[in-house]
Amino acid sequence: MNDNLLFDFTVDKAAKTVYITREFDADLSLVWDAFTKKELLDQWIAPKPMTAKTKYQDFKVGGKRFYAMISPEGVERWAIQEYTSITPKTNFKMYNAFADKDENPELPGSDWDHTFSEQNGTTTVSITIYNESLERMERILDGFTKGMKMSLHNLENLLATLSQRQ
Amino acid sequence: MRRDIFQAIADPTRRAILTLIALQAMTPNAIADNFHTTRQAVSKHLRILTECNLVKQEQQGREIYYSLEIEKMKEIDKWLEQFRKIWEARFNQLDNLLLTMKKRKK
Repeated sequence: MNDNLLFDFTVDKAAKTVYITREFDADLSLVWDAFTKKELLDQWIAPKPMTAKTKYQDFKVGGKRFYAMISPEGVERWAIQEYTSITPKTNFKMYNAFADKDENPELPGSDWDHTFSEQNGTTTVSITIYNESLERMERILDGFTKGMKMSLHNLENLLATLSQRQ
Repeated sequence: MRRDIFQAIADPTRRAILTLIALQAMTPNAIADNFHTTRQAVSKHLRILTECNLVKQEQQGREIYYSLEIEKMKEIDKWLEQFRKIWEARFNQLDNLLLTMKKRKK
């Protein structure tokens, strides 16, 4: 990561809201595409070693994106996003909820608001995530850390096997 | 019942109680003196905080003193730090992707 790029992450527990601001060394249209096109989203949204897979996406107000985060072991965690407001290259809002593989949402979900702006070739994205339940946020994190811990464990085993062979 | 720790600290009175007893162990009566609310209400807040293991009780003579469970508070910070790290990892991946996209355009 370029050290000059701003990254701000704050959690207001009382307001059950997470505020994230990040700068990117790219022009607005590229960053906008990276946040709104499934083939690009799938390439960065899942923190390694997780991967993301979008089954379908209809980027318009009322449209949806149905996608899964997949752990290295192949466990799929589905979620569905409904776009509630779109102002091209400026702002989009969506409602995000976990779902089963048949697209049935598990409520409550969270409200996401993304704002984009560009200055001298640097694009700033501000994300606000409002969770009706902070317990839900805890569950999101649980899923991630479990996935990461499992793959670290796999790596340890692999390294152990490799060093025994030597 | 498993209490939601974040729900516990989402309440302004409970946050104020945590701030108070972070400085020194206090009895429920001494805590209640700081709020314009009933002692019962303060007791209820203390019960919730105790159930979340955010505070601990200690009997001293006839009085019960409440103090902050510092390790549990640290857990919350750790939890938030992990959440932050996930976003950091994501954005680093996005940096790389944007770089690739820029090169392709040229």
